[in-house]
Amino acid sequence: MKNRLKVLRAERDWTQAQLAEKLDVSRQTINAIEKGKFDPSLPLAFRAARLFGLSIEDIFQDQDSA
Amino acid sequence: MNDTPSHREGWQTNVRRQTRRLGYWTAAWLLTMAIANFGPKFFWDSNDLMTIAAIGLNLLIGIGMIVANKDHLRSLDEMHQKIQLEAMGLTLGIGLVVGLAYSNLDIANIVSFDAEIAHVVILMSLTYLATLITLTRKMR
Repeated sequence: MKNRLKVLRAERDWTQAQLAEKLDVSRQTINAIEKGKFDPSLPLAFRAARLFGLSIEDIFQDQDSA
Repeated sequence: MNDTPSHREGWQTNVRRQTRRLGYWTAAWLLTMAIANFGPKFFWDSNDLMTIAAIGLNLLIGIGMIVANKDHLRSLDEMHQKIQLEAMGLTLGIGLVVGLAYSNLDIANIVSFDAEIAHVVILMSLTYLATLITLTRKMR
C-alpha cells in the first residue's frame, strides 16, 4: 500500500516523533508506514485522515489499483 | 475507535509505565523462582512446608507477571503488537516442536544426557530474542 504520509507531514513541518505523538503510535511505526513496510489498521488510517482533514483514500492508495 | 487509555495520560507515558511494571513483576518472579529453587538447600534445610510456600508464592507472582505482560502488550501500538505476535508465535511453535523432538530423543535413549525443561526454556528465550531483533530491524 502506498501512502502520502511523508509528504503531508513535511507540508506541516512535523517530525516523525510529532506525528507519532498525534496519532498515538511510536516513531518507529510512523517510519515503517512511510517506508511502506507496515500497513496501518483501519482505525489508525481514520485517525490519520481526521488529523490531516482528508479522506483515507487521499492518504492511502492500494498499490494494485494505483 | 481508539480503545487505549492513551488520551487521558499520553500513549507513550502509558507504554513506559506498563514496561516498567512488567520489569518489576519479572524481577519479582525471578527472585521468587531462585528462592524456591535454592531455599530448600541453603535457607530452610528441605522443610516441605517452606518449600510449598515458596513455590506457591512463585506461582502467585508468576500470575501477576502474566497479567502485567498482557497489559504491556495491550499498551503497545499495532506494529509492535504485530511484531510481538509473530515473535511469540514462532517461539511457541519452535518450543513445542523442538522440545517434544528433544524429549523423544531422550526417551529413545539416543541422547546420553537427560532432556531438561531448562534447555527448552533457553531455546525459547533465544528464539524470542532473535525473532524480536530480526522483526524490529526489518521494520526500520
